[in-house]
Amino acid sequence: MAQVIVVTSGKGGVGKTTSSAAFATGLAQSGKKTVVIDFDVGLRNLDLIMGVERRVVFDIVNVISGEARLSQALIRDKRVDTLSILPASQTRDKDALTKEGVATVIEELSKDFDYILCDSPAGIEKGALLALYFADQAIVVTNPEVSSVRDSDRILGVLQSKSKRAEEKKDPVKEHLLVTRYDPNRVEKGEMLKLDDIQDILRIPLLGVIPESESVLKASNTGNPVILDEPSPAGQAYKDAVARFLGEDRKMRFTDYEKKGFFSRLFGGRAA
Amino acid sequence: MNWLHFFRNKQEEAPATAPQAKERLQIVLAHERISRKGEDFLPKLQREIVELVARHVSIDPERVNVSLERGGDLSTLAIAVELPGPEPARRVS
Ligand SMILES: Nc1ncnc2c1ncn2[C@@H]1O[C@H](COP(=O)(O)OP(=O)(O)OP(=O)(O)O)[C@@H](O)[C@H]1O
Ligand SMILES: [Mg+2]
Repeated sequence: MAQVIVVTSGKGGVGKTTSSAAFATGLAQSGKKTVVIDFDVGLRNLDLIMGVERRVVFDIVNVISGEARLSQALIRDKRVDTLSILPASQTRDKDALTKEGVATVIEELSKDFDYILCDSPAGIEKGALLALYFADQAIVVTNPEVSSVRDSDRILGVLQSKSKRAEEKKDPVKEHLLVTRYDPNRVEKGEMLKLDDIQDILRIPLLGVIPESESVLKASNTGNPVILDEPSPAGQAYKDAVARFLGEDRKMRFTDYEKKGFFSRLFGGRAA
Repeated sequence: MNWLHFFRNKQEEAPATAPQAKERLQIVLAHERISRKGEDFLPKLQREIVELVARHVSIDPERVNVSLERGGDLSTLAIAVELPGPEPARRVS
């Protein structure tokens, strides 16, 4: 039976799609059959971040409306062969998704995949609710910033009351905190919320901390999930998070401010 | 390795990726702007092709594979229809 994981946040623009792409790729790299679904109907972007935008033929709405079969809409990744992508529709709106339709898609995917990742749209409206409804686990993406932390708290409430697991009074959705765009330098200066503070407020287990990193933009420019940029701090941080998700014990990295020595400033001068 | 090379090294390590971003966007948006106007023609096209082929040979709709590669000047749409093979030859016992 596949595990359904939603990547959610409430707030927009915090790194859900970046994290979904990285996580799906990381899980697939570890040999797990993984599919990542874009739930942002009308504002599809996962295809670009995954670099498959030129290969999209059908999307989840076509599948739900019976215009295409699931196998025809799935795009096989060319880099990691255990990875597939199910794109969102760009031309329809969120009403084109129905709970029954999504249920059928997820049920069918469960037969072939170990992990089904759902990249949620922002907000707490229909699209976001559908993305989290079937979840067994949730990765709550949070930036070290007041409004993001508050919205994460809100989405945790939604997970605990409006998910299928909640409605059916089953074991609750397993929650993971993923702090992204963390800048130890600004934390040190007191300009940014500390990791401890965020954990104190949200009180869910920490899965990882992804540093603010130039490599994320480079990755989206070229359509390669940042986890494939192995030397980059963000790539390594995502690799750690995936390993922790799979049960490995790994120390948090990239959380402390390191004063740059003369030589690293001269030669390793890239911020990330 | 000369001095100039030494200092240029950083740049060579990280080629600019923005041009790639621009090119990818131009291609994908060109296609999206076209499809925004009309109805999504691909599902219909596929259905009609399957119907047409099915009129002549019996096919399994599951075995129809549509793939697309969007390019700047040229896109290729490949529709692979798996046709039933000849009856397996009977072994003479
Ligand atoms: N670790 C990081 N370092 C630097 N930039 C980042 C990082 N993570 C994400 N970003 C940038 O933040 C922006 C938003 O990221 P992304 O699209 O993944 O967010 P999202 O939560 O999916 O947004 P939306 O709510 O619109 O779906 C992008 O420009 C991305 O490049
Ligand atoms: Mg997104």
